[in-house]
Amino acid sequence: MPTKLAITGAAAVAHAMRQINPDVVAAYPITPQTPIVEYFAQFVADGVVDTVMVPVESEHSAMSAVVGSAAAGARTMTATAANGLALMFEIVYIAASMRLPIVMPIVNRALSGPINIHGDHSDAYAVRDAGWIQLMSENSQEAYDLTIIATKLAEREEVLTPAMVNLDGFITSHGVEGVEILDDEVVKDFVGQWEPKYPLLDVDNPITHGPLDLFDYYFEHHRQQQEGLKNAYKALPEVFAEYEKISGRKYDFLDLYKMEDAEYVMVVMNSAASTAKYVVDELREKGIKAGLIKPWVFTPFPKKEFLEALDGRKAVVVLDRAMSFGKEAPLYSLVKSALYEAKERPMIGSYVYGLGGRDVTPAMLHIPFEEAMKGELDPNEERYLGLKE
Amino acid sequence: MPKYDSWKEMPIAGVIDKPATAREYNTGTWRIMRPIVDKDACINCMQCWLYCPDMAIDGIVKEDGKTEMVGFNYDYCKGCGTCAKVCPVNAITMKPETEFLK
Amino acid sequence: MPVNMKQLINLVAKEDWPFTQGHRLCPGCNAPMVAKWATMTAKALGYEPVVGAATGCLEVSTTIYPFTAWNVPYIHNAFENVAATISGAEAAYRSLKNRGKLKTDKPIKFIAFGGDGGTYDIGLQSLSGAVERGHDFLYILYDNEGYMNTGNQRSGSTPPGADATTEPVGKVKTGKVQFKKNIVEIIGAHENVYAATASTSDPFDFMAKVEKGLKHEGPAFIAVLAPCVRFWRIPESDGPKITKLAVETKYWPLYEIDRGVYKITRKPRNFKPIEEYIRSIGRFRKALQHPEYKEVIEEMQKYVDTRWERLLKFEEATKGMYLR
Repeated sequence: MPTKLAITGAAAVAHAMRQINPDVVAAYPITPQTPIVEYFAQFVADGVVDTVMVPVESEHSAMSAVVGSAAAGARTMTATAANGLALMFEIVYIAASMRLPIVMPIVNRALSGPINIHGDHSDAYAVRDAGWIQLMSENSQEAYDLTIIATKLAEREEVLTPAMVNLDGFITSHGVEGVEILDDEVVKDFVGQWEPKYPLLDVDNPITHGPLDLFDYYFEHHRQQQEGLKNAYKALPEVFAEYEKISGRKYDFLDLYKMEDAEYVMVVMNSAASTAKYVVDELREKGIKAGLIKPWVFTPFPKKEFLEALDGRKAVVVLDRAMSFGKEAPLYSLVKSALYEAKERPMIGSYVYGLGGRDVTPAMLHIPFEEAMKGELDPNEERYLGLKE
Repeated sequence: MPKYDSWKEMPIAGVIDKPATAREYNTGTWRIMRPIVDKDACINCMQCWLYCPDMAIDGIVKEDGKTEMVGFNYDYCKGCGTCAKVCPVNAITMKPETEFLK
Repeated sequence: MPVNMKQLINLVAKEDWPFTQGHRLCPGCNAPMVAKWATMTAKALGYEPVVGAATGCLEVSTTIYPFTAWNVPYIHNAFENVAATISGAEAAYRSLKNRGKLKTDKPIKFIAFGGDGGTYDIGLQSLSGAVERGHDFLYILYDNEGYMNTGNQRSGSTPPGADATTEPVGKVKTGKVQFKKNIVEIIGAHENVYAATASTSDPFDFMAKVEKGLKHEGPAFIAVLAPCVRFWRIPESDGPKITKLAVETKYWPLYEIDRGVYKITRKPRNFKPIEEYIRSIGRFRKALQHPEYKEVIEEMQKYVDTRWERLLKFEEATKGMYLR
């Protein structure tokens, strides 16, 4: 029987890791990811899991050790945030190119500088082209579920692509909520055992990992990585369906909230979606046909699903919790691009909010809807919610 | 060694899924100077075998337990001359490849 | 009994070379000697070596896709992280073995290779972390005293006066002024480690140290002086001859620090002056044209003499005093 626990998002993720029972975890603490590592280290210290933990001296070494471990043939996990992810950056790409199904929770935090420890999505966006699957969670329950889902997905032979599970720093990682934890055996059966394709430790069949790949074949290897992501896109509905069977919780590329007849649609990722759902409810009470889309999957980007969900609506406002300096905000530009083939293009507007953990209030989220309803959206203008103008 | 015509045929992950495939690349074509051993002078101490950076010298332990320097593998010998230099009895001489042109 | 020549020849006859022909390192390069001796020693001792390499000459020249000169499992990740990478593989080995998931019963040993760039400089943190954590691995530094793979840029290992493109000898400068970083002392200071120097002039001294390193349950480190014949501006055949001189001039003393216990493994009967070493290597030629470089040579002579005297005293003072 599943157990309902009042725990933080970090604890929920640590429980998912405990149940996945990786062979190796190599991690370095960074606020606000630290409690994940601490909880997991305690599980190891108490003998709850027999995972080998490698307490490395930096995130760069965390990702490096994780690559060595996964290449060796071990199910391997780590976790990080913001600057830690930035320090790993070089090896994040290498892990993907080596097709190692590493699962890494990212506790989203603003990238320096100036230094800031609170939640925004600049870290997730910074690695959007690294070749990893990126799943996004609104709350602790989703972070728990998606960590388990990510493991199953990443390790599929036709996918073999590492995966990040994003949860908002502090808001999700440190906030206590009710989380339903599945039975250990159920999770164990769901994720099964990983059979590595080219284990380094197979001394009878020596494999060379990470060779110098010049103009002859580098391009082809990248094409293969693209295929891995395409296959992840194909496999996701199946993995979601399997997970629904054991948990009763339904996931999809997009979380569609009151979208059936929605005319005014907000697109937002992670924890702010909870506030946005509240705002949608308020508008609905006033008879306004408001709706919300929250992507559970950021990479592979569900372009087709966005097109289907948004074609023919009156207006779409896209909220980004990070800037792309000198360019349109990342989620906005992707959603806008998805609408290129729309039969009836909605009005569209870009809003940047909540940088460096700035609070997101319902009043703030009413603004984009109001501007949409007044017909004041400008597709070429980036607007800011909660900025001291 | 397969030359891949399509990304679909290649093993994924950038791995080289077989060991020692470099042997299909003959580094002997780089050679300018060719080592020649005088077997009458050679004391079969195997220093050349031990040092050769290209594993281009063959050696055996014979039935009587003695070691023997068998000869050079010119498919791979790059002609660096380290063998001649480490030979304690100067049994190896380096000769220009041009002398061996047919 | 340390490995001997016959064992090695029989090993190759029976099991093939662990590191093979067809690699594209320069003619006369000393790095493949190091790779060959280390992997052969491991095999001759009955271990299965799993090799990691930092980005560098040895890495790029031995694994040009789809060609590999490795006949044993091999992994390259990046420039600065071979120690962390191999520490992950070693952790995986422990875990998979403990969980009964390993397909082989053969004893695996992990060997990481790094050049001086990947060891003294950009990879030092990764190496220090892996040593401190006590992973069971042997790190072998092939020290050619510069970023030779990319065309002779200065490293923390480049000696004073050696011409390097990022710190060249010019009209008013004699090139790099700093002495080499003492890497073996840095690693030795981690205390849980077997650390040693070695030289391509003495393969059996090196292989004895490889054996000690592999048998030491925990981290081991060997710094091998291994010339880049091209950028040291010496004849292709002369690497081992030059490193012999390095030992004879006290430029590169052969010793070990085994968990704090010092031992000099080769004590030359007669020493030669450091100037003889410097004059035999082409990359010092430009600096030698500067009159003031004479003072640098004098300083270096004083330094190597003092260091040798200290080593003798350390050897005496630390006898039997294992720190761990």
